Amino acid sequence: MTFAVDVTGLNKSFGDKHVVQDLAVQVGAGKITGFLGPNGSGKTTTLRMLCGLLTPDSGEGEVLGLDFRKAAGQIKLQTGYMTQRFSLYEDLSIEENLTFVARVYGLPDRGRLVTQTLERLGLENRRRQLAGSLSGGWKQRLALAAAIMHSPRLLLLDEPTAGVDPKARREFWDEIHALAAEGMTVMVSTHYMDEAERCHDIAYIAYGRLIARGTGREVIEGSGLITFRAEGPGADRLSRQLAGAPGVAMAAPFGAALHVSGTERAALEAAIAPFRRPPFHWDEVEPTLEDVFIHLMGQSRDNFE
Amino acid sequence: MSAARIFAVMVKEFTQLTRDRLTYALILVMPIVQLLLFGYAINNDPHHLPTAVLIQDDSAFARSTLGAIAHTDYFDIVETARTPAELTQAMARGRVQFTITIPGDFTRRVVRGDRAQILVEADASDPSATGAAVAALAGLPQEALKRDLLGAVAPARAAAPPFEVVVHRRYNPEAIAAYNIVPGLLGVILSMTLVMMTALGVTREYERGTMESLLATPVKPIEVMIGKLAPYVLVGLIQTVVILALARVLFDVPMAGGWGVLSVGTMLFIVGSLALGFLLSTVARTQLQAMQMSVFYILPSILLSGFMFPFRGMPDWAQWIGTIIPVTHFLRVVRGALLKGLGFADLWQSLGALSLFVVVVVSLAMARYRTTLD
Repeated sequence: MTFAVDVTGLNKSFGDKHVVQDLAVQVGAGKITGFLGPNGSGKTTTLRMLCGLLTPDSGEGEVLGLDFRKAAGQIKLQTGYMTQRFSLYEDLSIEENLTFVARVYGLPDRGRLVTQTLERLGLENRRRQLAGSLSGGWKQRLALAAAIMHSPRLLLLDEPTAGVDPKARREFWDEIHALAAEGMTVMVSTHYMDEAERCHDIAYIAYGRLIARGTGREVIEGSGLITFRAEGPGADRLSRQLAGAPGVAMAAPFGAALHVSGTERAALEAAIAPFRRPPFHWDEVEPTLEDVFIHLMGQSRDNFE
Repeated sequence: MSAARIFAVMVKEFTQLTRDRLTYALILVMPIVQLLLFGYAINNDPHHLPTAVLIQDDSAFARSTLGAIAHTDYFDIVETARTPAELTQAMARGRVQFTITIPGDFTRRVVRGDRAQILVEADASDPSATGAAVAALAGLPQEALKRDLLGAVAPARAAAPPFEVVVHRRYNPEAIAAYNIVPGLLGVILSMTLVMMTALGVTREYERGTMESLLATPVKPIEVMIGKLAPYVLVGLIQTVVILALARVLFDVPMAGGWGVLSVGTMLFIVGSLALGFLLSTVARTQLQAMQMSVFYILPSILLSGFMFPFRGMPDWAQWIGTIIPVTHFLRVVRGALLKGLGFADLWQSLGALSLFVVVVVSLAMARYRTTLD
């Protein structure tokens, strides 16, 4: 597999905070790679280092086949970056924002390109509306359109769907997949599990370190997690009794049901044995990505604190 | 009303105040610095004004007269000219505030009691700097030659006074304050608006988060700076034209010429002020801080530049600070050009200072501006 991003030994500190530690990032060309991890785990910092917005303390490797520390200028030309917070000009109209981006990148045939982009967004009737007056979902679509206007080979998205309604999120992901199908490499950070499942690959980082990576299936299998699901009246209330029991890594209610996970089968079964009686109904299920991530988060906290 | 709730808001406000270190520092430091600075520096009754003399009658009477003039404490004789032309130039270029001419027939006329005169010319382009000094000359003729008029010439004492002081106010003969203030306002208004407008420019981009997008594009620092400042150059030029037009129409400010030097000086000053604003905005983290820094710059520009109070009235250390302030040099260019009709040959020093200002500020701004968010 060829990698659009292949960087190792990435480090970044702010003051005495070591935000990114010896991180290796590999993103397959033409793939959508989900970048997951708890708040403050270094996702944004990593994305910013990859697109030249932050200078790494150390690290080497290639982005789009270019030395990412020396060729930041060339990489910027071929990279689109959508920030976590809306960062287009709120006091410019939609059209003016797009025209500005087109000018900064020196794109040819600007007028037609801007019109095309507006049409694709379905915003041609509101082209003169100020960007600041758009709703969250529209702002996000506009920001994406601006980030891909120069047809970048690599697209970095920093929590692009935070605070956006489910329908807009669905449409957004359809668009991301369409872009990837055209050959664009996408790296997207997110907190949403359903979004993680929509990615080709997943990289999970916590406390600035890479904890797990691979496809969703590989990550689940690699975790070695065994999960039992209890159903029945009041099953969710068992979590308090099971949490912290020997062999139980975590017990989390899912609606009226309960997921109990652990890494050692015997200990886990022993822990739930007292509750394997009516009215509860127990099944072994495949752990969800969320189970795995919460487990990973707990583990890494133990390792680092 | 609830005291507890008022207290809650109060505590929160105090806590936030201490979080913003720079604002906190400015709130404490600004009054102290400014009180000391302006309190000691500003003087409405300037003494020891530089004076050039042309002595065409080298006599004991002339020396006594000059001695008496120096004794008033208002005049410091710093130059002795050999020709009237030298004397005129010393004043035109602003080296001296006063020139004194003692004519060749001074002694003869004093002895004869024949309406002897000395000529004092004052640079009245700043009337407030010369008023008190001119007033101090009134009693001079009575006292200056008391000790010299003895013996044979003693009768001349009776014909009081033995000579008269003729005062010419140059450049602004009616001592109209507006002639001095209005051209000066050009410098102050340009500083206020241009520095402040651009000081907010970069900080605003950081505050709103748009800088992150901008930095992710291939745009270079110098491109951002030129692109951001160019529109304001136009703003500055429009302001200049408006102010000068109003100065002419409403205040009858004389415009003696010097348009070339005025244009170059104005352009340098506009660009420098804009770049200074840009520099401030690379230092400030919030727009509020950028505003405070602009005010911190603008106050001395008004008070120590010679705009509001006579430059020569300030103690040496304050004049030295004033010399660092770009407005000081711009004021010399504007007043020199409009009131005195000076050209490049006379004002090259001020233009040089303004050029240096532009170069230094632009380089600092470029060095400070980051292409990353580090």
